[in-house]
Amino acid sequence: MKSFTYEKAQSPAEAAAAAARIPGARFIAGGTNLLDLMKLEVETPAHLIDVNGLALDRLEPLSDGGLRVGALVRNTDLAADARVRRDYPVLARALLAGASGQLRNKATTAGNLLQRTRCAYFYDTNQPCNKRVPGSGCSALEGLSRPLALIGVSRACIASHPSDMAVAMRLLDAGVETVKADGSRRLIPIADFHRLPGDTPQHESALAPGELVTAVSLPPPLGGKHYYRKVRDRASYAFALVSVAAILQPDGSGRVALGGVAPRPWRLESAEAALPLGARAVTEQLLAGATPTQQNAFKIPLVQRTLSAVLAEAQG
Amino acid sequence: MQASNIKLSRRELLVMSAASATMMAMPAVAGAQPASAGRARAPVNTPVALRVNGHLHELELDTRSSLLDVLRERLQLGGTKKGCDHGQCGACTVLVNGRRINACLTLAVMHQGDEITTIEGLGTPQRLHPLQAAFVRHDGYQCGYCTPGQICSAAGMLAEIEAGIPSHVSADLEARPLLSAAEIRERMSGNLCRCGAYANIVDAITDVAEGRA
Repeated sequence: MKSFTYEKAQSPAEAAAAAARIPGARFIAGGTNLLDLMKLEVETPAHLIDVNGLALDRLEPLSDGGLRVGALVRNTDLAADARVRRDYPVLARALLAGASGQLRNKATTAGNLLQRTRCAYFYDTNQPCNKRVPGSGCSALEGLSRPLALIGVSRACIASHPSDMAVAMRLLDAGVETVKADGSRRLIPIADFHRLPGDTPQHESALAPGELVTAVSLPPPLGGKHYYRKVRDRASYAFALVSVAAILQPDGSGRVALGGVAPRPWRLESAEAALPLGARAVTEQLLAGATPTQQNAFKIPLVQRTLSAVLAEAQG
Repeated sequence: MQASNIKLSRRELLVMSAASATMMAMPAVAGAQPASAGRARAPVNTPVALRVNGHLHELELDTRSSLLDVLRERLQLGGTKKGCDHGQCGACTVLVNGRRINACLTLAVMHQGDEITTIEGLGTPQRLHPLQAAFVRHDGYQCGYCTPGQICSAAGMLAEIEAGIPSHVSADLEARPLLSAAEIRERMSGNLCRCGAYANIVDAITDVAEGRA
């Protein structure tokens, strides 16, 4: 691990200003992803700004009936909150499907949204990777691509977004609250938060340099039946090959988002009109234009079957 | 060769070799100069006060030190094990303010003021923690390397069930979680046992959970 200087942040605005001012600075909260990558020298920050002391670890009701989740609320606490379990079960289910008990106790809401891909070539500093070293090439295109993405990808990068929580946040149309280096605040719709790779896979979010996530706000509860079905290589503590998050209403309408198939949580509102026609119709629209590799083409029928199982359970 | 009358235990020998290895790695001057990208960066040291098993330790630490390395190499608390060092195996599980975490994936400098409990603080050979006694009774290990992490994790996990925190296998998110084998297996999935003692580990934890220990 490369050495670094360390400070404890005093306020969100000061943290954002410091992060923009100091070369090589990074925020650290739970640290479960960042420290892993620092040990491998995939990440080599020169300065860490510890944001754990900022009072961003609360859940508070919003005046519109929604819920504001502080950026530092731990995954365990978010999944265990009575309001989340009652009003946003898809979010609780997604969180509980991810990682291990130890990691969920440490991992934060904002850190989970900003997780880096688990593409093996991103992790291996001996291999070319456009996300890690822009312009060096993508080893995954002709390499081990089974767990990787097949839609929203580019010739530069086919990395998949690893988060379960973010899929539920996208389904719920959450908003990401931030403070910028100049102290101004903004709300980024979750649909605009994660960027597709294009020619610049190193840029993964809409955040400006130094910009700090302070909270994620959930809109008022949607009702309906909530599902988070995750398919993985072992029954627990593994990343999704495919996941389906869905909220289904009694009248047959609903929402669907996918994990494990794209560089960001994958949702197309236009595809949801096809829900009454069944899983095949929805999947065809959701994954239209997909460019799978030979190794991950299995994910297309897997999405359809997983969605089919969810729809059958909702009708059952 | 002259016979030596100095007797060292294996543990003491390991401690000594670890200490000399650490000294070799120490630079001549370890100043707290700021790091900068691009150039070789000097180590950055900082004072940290850690409270471990009820004892306060005032330390001067490289900012890079993981909590795990400080417990093992500086405080000589070798019960907490280093398996993968990447949060995948759970051998380094400790309790911080009563919650289980991976000590390998957190910096010691981030834990000033926290109450850290390792396996050495849960029980002693004379007064075993109920989970330690149950692991012995049920043979919840073969080589024993994952055991301290399994036991610290189980202690944290049982507190999570007690607090009503649901899991991936809880059928009803809003009901009190059950103490079933399926729940224990899911909740302990962050602790690997390469010897495959899982069945006995679940039995040991179940005993304690049901108050039979």
